[in-house]
Amino acid sequence: MGKPGKPKLAVWKFASCDGCQLSLLDCEDELLQLADAIDIAYFMEASSRQVKGPYDLSLVEGSITTAEDEVRIREVREQSRALVTIGACATAGGIQALRNFGDVKEFTAVVYARPEYINTLETSTPISAHVPVDFELQGCPINKRQLLEVISAFLHRRPPQVPAHSVCIECKLRGNVCVWVAHGTPCMGPVTHAGCGAVCPAYNRGCYGCYGPKENPNTASLSHWWQEELGTDRVTLVENLRNFNAAAPAFAAESRRQEADDGKE
Amino acid sequence: MGKSKTIKVDYLARVEGEGALYIRYDDSGVHDVKLKIFEPPRFFEGFMRGRDYREAPDITARICGICPVAYQMSALHAMEDALGLAPTPELRALRRLIYCGEWIESHVLHIYMLHAPDFLGYDSAVAMARDHPNIVQDGLEIKKAGNSIVRLLGGREIHPINVRVGGFYRVPDPGELGKLRETLERAQEMAADMVRWAASLSFPRFERAGEETYEFVALSHPDEYPMNEGRVVSNKGLDIAVHEYEQHFQEEHVPYSNALQCVLKERGAYFVGPMARYNLNFDRLSPRVKQLAGEIGFPRFCGNPFQSIVVRSLEVLYAFDEALRLIDSYQQPSEAYLEAEPYASRGCAATEAPRGLLYHRYGIDEAGKITDARIVPPTSQNQKTIEEDLRLLLPQYLRLPEAQLQGLCEQAIRNYDPCISCSTHFLQLHLEQGRGALQ
Repeated sequence: MGKPGKPKLAVWKFASCDGCQLSLLDCEDELLQLADAIDIAYFMEASSRQVKGPYDLSLVEGSITTAEDEVRIREVREQSRALVTIGACATAGGIQALRNFGDVKEFTAVVYARPEYINTLETSTPISAHVPVDFELQGCPINKRQLLEVISAFLHRRPPQVPAHSVCIECKLRGNVCVWVAHGTPCMGPVTHAGCGAVCPAYNRGCYGCYGPKENPNTASLSHWWQEELGTDRVTLVENLRNFNAAAPAFAAESRRQEADDGKE
Repeated sequence: MGKSKTIKVDYLARVEGEGALYIRYDDSGVHDVKLKIFEPPRFFEGFMRGRDYREAPDITARICGICPVAYQMSALHAMEDALGLAPTPELRALRRLIYCGEWIESHVLHIYMLHAPDFLGYDSAVAMARDHPNIVQDGLEIKKAGNSIVRLLGGREIHPINVRVGGFYRVPDPGELGKLRETLERAQEMAADMVRWAASLSFPRFERAGEETYEFVALSHPDEYPMNEGRVVSNKGLDIAVHEYEQHFQEEHVPYSNALQCVLKERGAYFVGPMARYNLNFDRLSPRVKQLAGEIGFPRFCGNPFQSIVVRSLEVLYAFDEALRLIDSYQQPSEAYLEAEPYASRGCAATEAPRGLLYHRYGIDEAGKITDARIVPPTSQNQKTIEEDLRLLLPQYLRLPEAQLQGLCEQAIRNYDPCISCSTHFLQLHLEQGRGALQ
């Protein structure tokens, strides 16, 4: 049982793959120490003990895709002093937000034999579309070091040290050779939020944007150079803007702009 | 007739994803068992239409954060089947190595964090660690070693980035594998102790006999314990190629669940996962695992699902033995991947995810865009067997106090390490009844 005075942590799941909450259990070296410092009061994947709120910090994984979850997220907010979203689903709607694009009617007709029987919303939306969020930790999946930093920061009531710059900066820090410049590989790095440690370029692969947009990304310029300099076709460009953070505003606006341009040409 | 009672768990803890349990019973027996899956569906099969075939491994990885490698492996083998690509033996060995890492990481998570608290009477591994710190710390250490394989070969533990249709983006050099070897050797010893510890737990008695005996279904390969290829076989005579899968298995929709239940057309419910693999492939385990199974007196055919924790432990030890063998015989591939040109085609594959058989089938067009996708995850396949277990188990334990009985039912569900996040994402919505799929 938690000692009195220990801050209470809750972990909530909405539509998601469980990977971001798993990041907490993947902190093999820190987990027991963490459990010593805080009371893990509600974490269904890891414990059948359920301590009632209010909670000092709620970590929220997953996006909102059902009417029930629209209500539940408000209840979570009411019980939480601080609410932090973890991962691309909670922060941008996740891969399941692909349903937000294109002809929804046609899409539902393909997938649903009897759409009227299924209690799901037509969109997948981030937590911030429903309740105020104190901090959004981006990534698909999140970085566990950053997760520990965010937990520590909120429990000490200080701002988290999570840089909002691009993956390009991380490549320089890691000493990676630029896959774009050296190999002509299309890379989302210039517009993508840091946090992964530039893992794709370190494995000879272009970044595919799984950490979502960086602060003030110049997506129009990226699109231009992908097509002009690297000869990438527009379909591939749109696929890269529209995957795990498809509904993040900066990526969504650019992918829609590309589609509109495609229509004009 | 005694008074009707119910067991109701609104939100099952220590499983991946969102599920509930409802059982109605009285002294004369069990009248209703429902494993309700209320996790919202995410419709992967719908939105994958029109996407590039090369994206399938990365997109389907997002179905499950616990076993992303399994999704990547089934997806890329299905695409390679469609495009007539055969990976070289060197690339095949590396795929087997990363799969070993995921088996270890996923099994050890389940053994220590989700299942063991049931046996030792705690609500979580963290609570268990107060009285049994060494056991939990060892578990975390073994899990970390599994993750170190996935991190090296995949780039990161969750949703690895380094596997692709045709091979890998980058293959490791022998020096990197040498460092990994040291980590694995240390953890291998701990894994052997884990097997002995798991075998020392006390298991609820539960055997199914006669008509009720399980049909275990797993891949089987002539030369190796199954991971990425083999025929689909069972202990009741099934022996088919993977491309015949859909002729023999079908998914049914039940109104109270967001997941489809898969059954064998001929015989109904079946059982996939570590126990099925073990029971059907014991001979292909490593000598050390077979020897240790003998030492602890564990049968080569296990029929009690509560002992699945021992089978998982044996598979973890096997994965260490196999990973070390693969590292020792490593030949760095000359090419990291095989090139492919897409053409209109269809392909399918099944691999052994930690929780059991994972089937993928895709169609692609001449531009390499996906025209249709079908995915059958392990938990959809085990759901019906889980419900049957509960139906048969309860009458044997009716004398237990209700709270204990409920705990036993939850433990019986955890025997299967159900991954509910996996199970719901494939709803094709051939609804048969005029009721909402969500209750």
